[in-house]
Amino acid sequence: MILGKVIGTIYSTINHPFYDAKKLLVVSKMDPTGKTSEDYLIAVDSVDAGIGETVLVIDEGNSARQIVNDTSAPIRSIIIGIVDDIQG
Amino acid sequence: MLLGKVIGTVTPCIVYQGLEGVPFLVIQPVDKNKNPKGSPLIAADSTRMAGPGELIYYEGGREAALALDPWFVPVDHTIIGIVDGVQLELPENDQ
Repeated sequence: MILGKVIGTIYSTINHPFYDAKKLLVVSKMDPTGKTSEDYLIAVDSVDAGIGETVLVIDEGNSARQIVNDTSAPIRSIIIGIVDDIQG
Repeated sequence: MLLGKVIGTVTPCIVYQGLEGVPFLVIQPVDKNKNPKGSPLIAADSTRMAGPGELIYYEGGREAALALDPWFVPVDHTIIGIVDGVQLELPENDQ
């Protein structure tokens, strides 16, 4: 899992049928000190995260498909948690 | 998934079985500010509706093939959707 900061939303009407009614967020990758990097990814939201929030993202296909309960879903990145605090 | 811009089309005359009729497009990966980043690549189009000039998002790896039907095909990047709009609010240290 990786830490990220939600920096945006993607609107899309023409997409793969699996992504119908799925919320897509742009997540900037973040290090544990809170500094965001140039790298980003587009992830499906499963926890109702919003712009500005620090989130926990899974960037691995089989885990993501397990969460959406669909073994044939073309999905790799999914937001699975909202982070309150990071210590250390 | 990452954002990309369609910059061209590819018309193969012979393709591996299972890929007949699948559109292939040339896409230029872009960063979060929609500036080009990295080299262009060829992607299959699962929406079958994307065209040059459009902003799309694409998936790479095994998930790229899963987006197609039949899914057990040799593909490494697939366009998943066409972007209507992106709402971005970059953090202060990112602007």
